[in-house]
Amino acid sequence: MDHSNYQTDYKHVGQPYSRKDAQKKVTGQAQYAIDLDLPGMLYGKWLLSPHARAKILSIDTSAAKALPGVKAVITGEETDILVGLYMQDKLAMAKGETRYQGEVVAAVAAVDLQTAEKAISLIKVDYEPLKPVLDVDEALDGDILVHEDINELKHVEGVFFPQKDSNIASLNKAKRGDVDKALQEADIVVESEFSLPAVAHAPMETHVTIVQADPYSNRIVVWSSAQSPFALRQMLAHSFKISESDIEVNIPFVGGAFGGKAGIHLEPLATLLSKAANGAPVKLIPTREEEFNQLPTRAGMRGHIITGAKKDGKITAVKVVYDWDSGAYADYGVNVGKTAVYSGIGPYDIENAAVVSKTIYTNKVFSTAYRGFGHLETHWTIERQMDIISQKLGIDPLDLRMKNLLEPGSRTISGELISESSGSVKDCLAAVVKEIGWTGRKTEEERRKEWATGKVRGKGFAVLQKAPAMPANTSTSVIMQMTGDGRVKMMIGAIDYGQGANTTMAQIAAQELDLPIDRVEVVENLSTQTNPYDWNTVASKYTFMGGNAVIRASRDMLRQMKDIAAQVLHSTADHLAHGGGYIYHIHNPERRIAYEQLALGYQYPDGSGIGGPLISHGVYMADGLTNLDHETGQGKPALVWTFGAHAVDLEVDVETGSITILKVASAFDIGQVINEKLIYGQICGGVLQGLGSAILEGYKFSPDNRLLNPSFTDNKIPTMKDMPIEVVPIYIENPQKNGPYGARGVGEHPMISVPSAVGNAVYDALGINFHVLPLSPEAIVLGILSGKESILCTDVNCLPGCY
Amino acid sequence: MVDHKECSLLDEHIASNQRKVSLTCVVNGVEICDTIDPTMTLLHFLRDRLKLFGTKESCGEGECGACTVIMNGKAVTSCIILAIEADGAEILTVEGLAKDGRISILQEEFISEDALQCGFCTPGFLMSTRALLDRNPDPSEEEIKEALAGNLCRCTGYLPILKAVKKAAERERKELK
Repeated sequence: MDHSNYQTDYKHVGQPYSRKDAQKKVTGQAQYAIDLDLPGMLYGKWLLSPHARAKILSIDTSAAKALPGVKAVITGEETDILVGLYMQDKLAMAKGETRYQGEVVAAVAAVDLQTAEKAISLIKVDYEPLKPVLDVDEALDGDILVHEDINELKHVEGVFFPQKDSNIASLNKAKRGDVDKALQEADIVVESEFSLPAVAHAPMETHVTIVQADPYSNRIVVWSSAQSPFALRQMLAHSFKISESDIEVNIPFVGGAFGGKAGIHLEPLATLLSKAANGAPVKLIPTREEEFNQLPTRAGMRGHIITGAKKDGKITAVKVVYDWDSGAYADYGVNVGKTAVYSGIGPYDIENAAVVSKTIYTNKVFSTAYRGFGHLETHWTIERQMDIISQKLGIDPLDLRMKNLLEPGSRTISGELISESSGSVKDCLAAVVKEIGWTGRKTEEERRKEWATGKVRGKGFAVLQKAPAMPANTSTSVIMQMTGDGRVKMMIGAIDYGQGANTTMAQIAAQELDLPIDRVEVVENLSTQTNPYDWNTVASKYTFMGGNAVIRASRDMLRQMKDIAAQVLHSTADHLAHGGGYIYHIHNPERRIAYEQLALGYQYPDGSGIGGPLISHGVYMADGLTNLDHETGQGKPALVWTFGAHAVDLEVDVETGSITILKVASAFDIGQVINEKLIYGQICGGVLQGLGSAILEGYKFSPDNRLLNPSFTDNKIPTMKDMPIEVVPIYIENPQKNGPYGARGVGEHPMISVPSAVGNAVYDALGINFHVLPLSPEAIVLGILSGKESILCTDVNCLPGCY
Repeated sequence: MVDHKECSLLDEHIASNQRKVSLTCVVNGVEICDTIDPTMTLLHFLRDRLKLFGTKESCGEGECGACTVIMNGKAVTSCIILAIEADGAEILTVEGLAKDGRISILQEEFISEDALQCGFCTPGFLMSTRALLDRNPDPSEEEIKEALAGNLCRCTGYLPILKAVKKAAERERKELK
C-alpha cells in the first residue's frame, strides 16, 4: 500500500502521518502497566475455581498466611464487593459458590511473585462440585439456575430485562410490520440456524493492574491496562460505595484492548489486596492461561432466522432469534444482546421484521464487549442467510442484496430514517465486487473441473453495518492549552491503545488551527486527575465524538486569540483570520500577530499585558438519541452508522481442508479519511482478526465445562502465515453532515462480516453451506466427506460448547 | 505489644529460597556481572535486574514472541531461557537497536509503514527481524513469514510489518554497504 496515493483536499486532514507515539514504541521507551515498578510494591496472585459450578465448603488459608513474605490473604468470605456493570450479578471474589471454571476464590499479596505463587499453592479449598449449566439449551430449559437470585438482581431498568426464574439475563426485542402475515404471503420461506463459539480478545498485554488503596481514607489510586478510565472510576466508586473523586485512575500505554479492557476487571481484587496489605501498592499480572480462563471473552452465539421473499428477490419478512451463550455473568454481554436487536437484521430495508435477543447465563467464562460488539456474530447469521436465499431463488447474490439494501428514505428496524448523510452500503458493495471481479457463482461443472486439481477457488462477499452502542446521553470532552512557543497541548478523555486516537485528534486540531502537525501534541498517559471526561474508549465513536470536541476546542481557542488580537491590531475579531501561525487582518495580512505572542497573554512594548494564558475546551454530547421501547424496539439508538462490505477470493485445498485467502477487498463509507495510514492499519488488522474468527479461533469446553484450550498453543490466533496475500482497502467518502469533516468511525467494522464473506466464498468453491464457525480444515474436510450441501453442527461432530 | 513477628523474616526467606549463581554477559554492548537466582528467566533478568523494560512478557511460554531478544546472533524467546544459560553470551535487546543517538533503518521503516499499533509486540518483531536480516540481508517473502511466524500481533494484520521488513532490508542493502 502506497500511502501517498490517497488524495485529500485538506492540509492535515486525510494526510498519512505516522502515529505520534511510534518512536517510543520502536525503541522500548513506551511504558505499559506491566513495566511500572512502584516503591513498596507487592505482587498479587489468586486461586481460580477448577470447577464450572461448585459449592465452596471451606477454605484453609493458614499455611499461606504463615509463609514469610506474604502480606495479605483474602477470600470471598470476608467481602461483599459487587462488580456488576449493567447487572449487579458478580462479586469481586466467589462467595459460597463458583459459577465458572476460572472464578477467583482466594488471593494473596506478597513481596514477590514467587512467594505469592507459593502461598497460593498452600491454600486448600474444599468444593462440592455441582452439575453445571453447559450450554444455551440447558440454560433455556431452566432446570438449574446459574443465578438463583435472578429475580432480585439489581440492574439498569428499562434497558435490560432479566426474565423471572430463568437463566435469561436480558431479553430484548424489536418488531416492525406484521411478520407472520408476510411470511404466509411470501413465495419462498427459508429457515436456517447459524452458530459460532466464544473467542478470545487476546490482547498482547494481559489485564495488568496495580492498585494502592489508602487504609486510612477512601482514596484509591489505580494504574491499569484499561480502555475506559472514567467508567472504571465510576464502577469502582460504586463497588466500594465511595465518591468518584476519591479515585485516581492512571492509564499508561495499553498493549491492546479490543473491547476486553472496557469496564472493570481486576481492579476491585487489587483494591481488596492493597487494603488488606495496609495500603501497599499491589500489582496483578494475569498469566496468559489466566487471561483465557478467568477474564471475559466474546460470547458464543446461535442465530435462528426465518426469511420470506418474493420470487423477484424482494425480501418481505424476517424473523430472528439470537441466543447468546454469555457465561456466568452479564458484564457487557447484555448490552451486546440489546444491540443485536436494533442492528439485528443487517443493513436491509425489510418491511416486516422481528428480532428477539436473549443474553443467557451458563456456567462458562463470562462474555463482554469484543470488537464489533455482536455484529460479527449477527452478520454471520444474516449474510450467510442472504446467500442461501439467493441460491434457492436462483438470483445472483449481488442482485439480491442490491434489491434489499438500505438507501436514503429507508427505515431501520427501530424506525430510524436513512438519509443521504447516512452513508451508502450500496456504494461499498459495488466497490468490493468490482475489485474481486465478481461475475456470478460457479456452475457445478466448473467446480468439478477445478476439484480434479485438488484446489478450488471461490469468491464471496457480505455487507455490514454498525453504529456505536452507547447510552443516549454519551459525552466526551477535550482541554486545549497553548504553550509560550505557540504550540498546542491537548488533553483528551480517550485512550490511545493503538487505534491512533492521539494522532487523529492532533491532525484535526492542526487542521483547525493551521499549525504543523509536530506543533500539536496530545498528552499521553491519561489520568482521571487531569484529563477531562470521556464515557469509554469503545464503540468506534471517538473519531466522530472526539473529533467534534477538538473542532470546538480549536474554534474556542481561535476566538480567544482573535479577541485579544483585535485590541492589539485596533480592529474587530470579525475582520481577523488565522493561518501559518498568525492571526492577521483579512484586508491587510501584514497586520498580524504570531500565536506565540498571544499564547501567555500579549505584552505591549511598555511591559503591560492583556489576555492571559490561552486555554480552551470542547465538548460533544450525543444528540437526539433515545432509549428503545421494550415491546417494539422503536427509538433512536444510532448516533452514526458506518456501512461497509467485504469481498473475498479464496482457495480451498480439498484434501487438507485448509483455506488460503488470496484477496480481501474491504470498503467502508467513512465519510472522510482523517489519516489514511491509520485507517489502512485498522482495515488490515480487523480483516485478519475477522479471518481468525472465520477459520481458526474458538473456545473448546470439556463435558463438564472446563476450558480445554487456555493457551496460544491450543487456542491459536492468526500468525503472519495466515494473513491474506492481498488486502485492498476502499474508502467511500459520502460525508456525514454532523461528523468532523464528514468523518465516521471505522475501528470495529473491518472485522465484521469477514466470516460471512468467507463462508459465502466457501460455498462458491465447494457448493456446501457451512453454518458453524470456525471453518477449520477439520470442519471443511468433514463437510466434504459428509456429501451434504448444508453442514450443521451435528454433522461435524462438534465438541460441547460449539452448538 | 507485638502483633506478630517479622524480624529478618525477609532475609531468611530469601536465603532459604535462593541459592545464588554468578552470571557474566554482554547486553547491548555493556558487560554485566551479576549474582542471580538460578531459576530466573532471561526475560526477568533483563526486566527486573537490568530494568530493560522494552522486552515484553505476554504468554510466558514461548508461544508469542513478545519477549524475543538476540542471543549470540540468534533470535530467542527470553521467557523460556534461564538467565544462567546466557552466561558468557552476547545479548541484544530493543534498547540496543538505535546507535549514536539515531534510530536504525529497521525502526524507521516500522514507523513509516505503521507496522505497529499498540506496540506491545513491536520489540519482539524488531528483534526477530534484526536476527533475520543479519543472517539473510535479502530474504524472500516466504523467508520473512517463516522467520516472523513465531511472533504474534493482534493489531496490525501483519501486512504493514511485512512491508516494513522488505523496505528495511532493501534500504540496509543500499545504505549500509
